[in-house]
Amino acid sequence: MSGGAKLQVRVAEVVEVNELIKRFRFVARDGSELPAFSGGAHTVVEMDDQGTRRLNPYSLMSDPEDRSGYEISVRRDEAGRGGSLFMHRHVAPGMEMVLSNPVNLFALDNRAKKHLMIAGGIGITPFLAQIAQLTHFGGKFELHYSARSKPLGAYMDRLTAAHPDRVHCYFDELGQQIDLKRVLANQPIGTHLYVCGPKGMIAWVLSTAESLGWPKQALHSEEFLAPGTGLPFQVELAASGKTITVGPTQSLLEAMEASGVDAPYLCRGGACGQCETNVHKCDGTILHRDHWLTPEEQASNQKIMPCVSRFEGKTLVIDR
Amino acid sequence: MTTTLIPVGAPSITSRPVYAPLEPRPASQHLIIADGEGAEAVVALFGKANDRSAMLAAAQVLYTPGPNGTDQSAALEALGVAQLFRAPTIPALLPRLARVLSAAHMGTQFYLAGTEGLIGQAEREVMNTGFPHASVQKEHRGSTVRRVQCVHCKGITENVATDPFKCSHCGLNLFVRDHYSRRMAAFQGVNIDAEDPGQVPESVVRFK
Amino acid sequence: MSLDFKTGAFNDFFRDETFRGDFTYRNSNPRRFPFPFDRDDYMYSVNMEPHVPGRPGSVFEHIFDVDEHYVAEMKDRAKVLADDPLRCQSLPHMTLAGWDTLELVMEAKARDYPQWFSLTKDGNRWHWINRPLGIEQSFTFLDESTLPYGPFEYIMRQTQGDWTLQDERDGTLWMDAGIATSQADWSVDFDVGMNFHEWHAPVPLAHEKGVFDRALKFLLKLQHGAPVRRFNWTMTVNPLLDTAPETYPKWGPMKATLTPENLGQKQHLRVELQTLYRLPRSNAIAFDIRCYLASFDEIVTVPKWARRLHRVIRDLPEELATYKGFLRNRPAMVEWLAKHDDGAPTSPGWWPDD
Repeated sequence: MSGGAKLQVRVAEVVEVNELIKRFRFVARDGSELPAFSGGAHTVVEMDDQGTRRLNPYSLMSDPEDRSGYEISVRRDEAGRGGSLFMHRHVAPGMEMVLSNPVNLFALDNRAKKHLMIAGGIGITPFLAQIAQLTHFGGKFELHYSARSKPLGAYMDRLTAAHPDRVHCYFDELGQQIDLKRVLANQPIGTHLYVCGPKGMIAWVLSTAESLGWPKQALHSEEFLAPGTGLPFQVELAASGKTITVGPTQSLLEAMEASGVDAPYLCRGGACGQCETNVHKCDGTILHRDHWLTPEEQASNQKIMPCVSRFEGKTLVIDR
Repeated sequence: MTTTLIPVGAPSITSRPVYAPLEPRPASQHLIIADGEGAEAVVALFGKANDRSAMLAAAQVLYTPGPNGTDQSAALEALGVAQLFRAPTIPALLPRLARVLSAAHMGTQFYLAGTEGLIGQAEREVMNTGFPHASVQKEHRGSTVRRVQCVHCKGITENVATDPFKCSHCGLNLFVRDHYSRRMAAFQGVNIDAEDPGQVPESVVRFK
Repeated sequence: MSLDFKTGAFNDFFRDETFRGDFTYRNSNPRRFPFPFDRDDYMYSVNMEPHVPGRPGSVFEHIFDVDEHYVAEMKDRAKVLADDPLRCQSLPHMTLAGWDTLELVMEAKARDYPQWFSLTKDGNRWHWINRPLGIEQSFTFLDESTLPYGPFEYIMRQTQGDWTLQDERDGTLWMDAGIATSQADWSVDFDVGMNFHEWHAPVPLAHEKGVFDRALKFLLKLQHGAPVRRFNWTMTVNPLLDTAPETYPKWGPMKATLTPENLGQKQHLRVELQTLYRLPRSNAIAFDIRCYLASFDEIVTVPKWARRLHRVIRDLPEELATYKGFLRNRPAMVEWLAKHDDGAPTSPGWWPDD
């Protein structure tokens, strides 16, 4: 079954955290415990948006040992394809939904002497679960968290109250910025770095660390790509003998699913590699938007990640 | 000068360490550990530096003569690194390394050069800090003698040159399996005449 | 704390038998043996399938098969660990994965075998009863100071099969904990800390065929709640559970004791039912290598298996017979098995025909 084991849940609570972010709590419909998970894991939330099936990955932010429910935070994206808007406008307590079992593509390295975490905006969510897990098991961490303004700094209050010496907050509108070079220079040998936030911030943190001699195996980042919009395009599915049209706000994976073709996936954000599909014929340009394929594989046009990538041109035939 | 990427006579296997010439990398500190002919690799490393004086000023070298007696500490002294420590043997070098590591910060680069015994044991110390071993640079120089763990009695025999050989702890006849443990910093030795006691093939020199 | 009842209370089901010395191990019902060959030839492959409960009465009926050998195997394991505690190791960062494993085993056994095992929970205060082994234990989940061993060793002393726990880092799996007391010739002490490819380094043919690259790619996608399984197999002279390299000088000479007369009784097909589980809290992967032994005499009571085993052993590539450690005895095995193969065709699949 595509996407693996599923969890049948009910929405227990919806909380407006600030003007952009809402928090959702899910509990098992039959009242049983949900599986424990590892800090940094995400779940894929299935949405039925007036006939359009949307599956979006969100980091689990609740305490991994709290098996009575899962919590996620969703930032409203007015310009997105509608997943976050659906969550904000239509999801209310009592609604029944389906989640994937937790999957972790942003795990802590448990051998680390210390965990250095750098978060931007909504990128704080996986760290909330990781900090809860480290607190249970006595791991060392240091968090640097920046937000646009104080009101938009979700969960800063609870973090600074619980860990006053380990959490450092920065606000863009006050012109504050983390002194990254100094922070990186002060870490004991064996520290691992984790960064989650906007694309530009991730690139800045990783390149700064590498230029200071940090090894790439000690650098961890997570960025879920929204599939993104684009021009509609046609795709021939060789194995199922169908030709489908991918709409402007639809991903190729979603278009396959809508036509009844069962395609594998885990993260739906270009990171996990599960949906990797061979290309039989490509007369045009594949718009690769994933983190999975190597630059060489992307350039060869022999593979595509249907969860995020698109196509422009005459003919695309894929093995699905 | 010879550079041995893969030790002589050994086919490459999946658990075997990979060696490449040392390359300068950006760092706040360069921590260099070498034995025997490894000193030549260290000299070559500084020869590649864009800013040699800056690299020397941020470098610390821990050195010991090789198992074959090769002592090139004079060449290292001539380099003029910020800190040079010469130990008489590998066991005498390791406590110093552990102490240096306890105060090290991220941004340190690690360079290991010399025999597999030195490289393996220094790598293990670095690895124990939680630092990823894949980013520790290693260049093999000099002797190809091996450290071998007897899988039966667990004793490690240093500087094994022949195959099969007699375990220096329990006395069993062992053949050297091409299976390497980073945690042991040793290859595996397995009894060769277990099924037919006393039938031991003639020993040949495989590692020099 | 120990319960009043002695292990003997279950002798109507659990056999009192040995895997050493006088070797009294037997299968009461050879047809229950998980014969691993579904066709008349064999080549190394990944061949993973979902580990879901299967045919009632078979070794697949439950997630963990507790069979008539359970008590005797656990006694043998305790002896091996007393002789050589290095057979069970867990690197410091694997404690959480050990708890995950303990939870997996306790929950499954209490659910599937309520007559033998019981687990009750009051928050993190757990109460575990293992009646066949006479164990009763109250402890605090995730607090290792409340158990007599670390969580991994504690549950492994009550679980059949050798296990390894793999930590996932840098796009590969690191075998950072393991126990081997019923295992075909690999050393936990030496291999612990190795990654997936390093650990499999000595296996011939498979690397070249890309078997391990494909297997790793598959395993990295393994999800919690969806375990998988595959088979492996080898040969052992005498029903010897512990064939570790550590004790090779002790059991190696047994290979030279086969005669045409004793072969059917002494030569055993050793099957590993390998199952893999993604663990929830640690994101590690648990790998259970469960060993089943059947003598050639027992196997040839099933005519289809007799024919097929003969053909597989006869046609196996020499490298594999060498790696599996039975090249020297292969001619004798083939000669013995040939008498039980009438050349008739065999049906697909591994189940007996009748």
